[in-house]
Amino acid sequence: MKQRYERPLIKKLSAGPLNKFGARTEAQPVPDIDGAPVKELLRAFGSPLFVLSEKQLRRNYQLAVRAFRTRYPRVQFAWSYKTNYLNAVCRVFHQEGAWAEVVSGFEYEKALLNGVPGPQIIFNGPGKSRAELQRACELDSVIHLDHFDELYELLDLAASLPRRPRVAVRVNLDAGVYPQWDRFGFNLENGQAWNAIGRIVGSGRLELVGLHCHLGTYLLTTKPYGVAAQKLADLAWSCRTQLNTPIQYLDLGGGFPSTNTLKGAYLPGTDTAPGIDEFAEVIADTLQRAGFRQDELPLLILEAGRLLVDDAGYLLGTVLATKRLADGRRATILDFGVNVLFTSFWYDHKISPAGDFSQHTEDTVLFGPLCMNIDVLRDSVNLPLLNRGDQVVVHKVGAYNMTQWMQFITLRPAVVLLDEQGRPHRIRQAETLDYLQQLEEVPAHLGPHPPAPSPKERGSQPSATTTPG
Amino acid sequence: MKLKKNIATSETGFIFNPATGDSFTANALATEILQLLKQDRSPADIKTLLLNRYDVEPNQLEKDWDDLVAQLRDHQLLD
Repeated sequence: MKQRYERPLIKKLSAGPLNKFGARTEAQPVPDIDGAPVKELLRAFGSPLFVLSEKQLRRNYQLAVRAFRTRYPRVQFAWSYKTNYLNAVCRVFHQEGAWAEVVSGFEYEKALLNGVPGPQIIFNGPGKSRAELQRACELDSVIHLDHFDELYELLDLAASLPRRPRVAVRVNLDAGVYPQWDRFGFNLENGQAWNAIGRIVGSGRLELVGLHCHLGTYLLTTKPYGVAAQKLADLAWSCRTQLNTPIQYLDLGGGFPSTNTLKGAYLPGTDTAPGIDEFAEVIADTLQRAGFRQDELPLLILEAGRLLVDDAGYLLGTVLATKRLADGRRATILDFGVNVLFTSFWYDHKISPAGDFSQHTEDTVLFGPLCMNIDVLRDSVNLPLLNRGDQVVVHKVGAYNMTQWMQFITLRPAVVLLDEQGRPHRIRQAETLDYLQQLEEVPAHLGPHPPAPSPKERGSQPSATTTPG
Repeated sequence: MKLKKNIATSETGFIFNPATGDSFTANALATEILQLLKQDRSPADIKTLLLNRYDVEPNQLEKDWDDLVAQLRDHQLLD
């Protein structure tokens, strides 16, 4: 029997500064996900392939809920659809008890199709149409108002509705986060939010039920959440005392980080991202001390997305080629690009080989298959000596990739959910050319596409470079 | 293709170039190839031997051989 082959490698020993993580590579072989062999998954569903772990989705949700409910009596999570709106993923969270938080008309309809009752859908976002607002009002969802144009539109709409639409005001505020997200909602410090609240209450046509604030994304410190919770609580207190309008819920939004490593970060995300317990402690502690009687505490709504789904998602793929660049660096070309792994623009994703390897590693650039210079998945990563056909696993890809992915040069791959027993279920088919063509129309004057000529016909025709006379 | 005469190699994969002071580490296969080169075996001989000994396709070996030669040349280890 022949010996296992590993391509020859020579590495210059450097007496320069040590790698901050030591000589050892971060890569460990990952031959299976939840007991399902990577090789089998790729054989059955094709490469590349997104894989989601139902076990991890449920675990993440339960841990997050527990973190808040052990510190605050009234907590409700609303699943952020834009983070991953594959129906199977949404339904896992809805089964666990999550409401839906949507930011567009089609997300709203998806939530309904996933069985979420209207009153348990929070309709956020700056771009709701009149028809979408009307639909949400009719089904008694809560509309989170983003700007005055939307407020006036809704006031106009409400005049013809049999019951008062339920609304919340999205507030942007200074919590010490830079840059401040002031493009969404009404500003607190300049009085805009109070003005909007006054108009809502004064109109008598809308029912103000909540206040909402979403500070940003991937926040690596807990303090701003304490500031935001305090300011929202103060605002709620003002609503009650000055406008005789008790606020039923405070929505602190999301923005909680996963443990991915942001590009440019010195330390890995696992070392720098606060855990959800730390965020829960700050938020719950602030609200508990805000002056509400225990039986008057507002419901606390959270719209966590990335935190719940990121580390439950994997992208499996295959090495297409390896080559050496002009400066001697190794380059590895994978069969998925930035169009599929959109978050590689933000993160240095951890990538592991699926198979066994020796202790020898090399620095390599990871490219995708796109014929575009931007298609760089990792600028530099220390990996074992990969060859064409080797399989790899990218970690923590569950958030935003399966919504922000693009059909560009290559088609989008299939997605598989591993149930709690590790059995694979395809939850989205790989795209095909037929699927892509379905939406296209060709004007009649451009005619039908000519059938490809047979080899015999080709022989009797002028060559392609000859212009017909 | 010949290694420079003054290049020191060990069986554990340590390589030293006394002319430049550079040292290198080689994996098992690169170490084996360097030993064979030092015995003045021809590239064709070495490739045949490797194809018989290892689970590798000829095209893969050919590609990796060219890459090794490029590495040796980059590191100024060849005559």
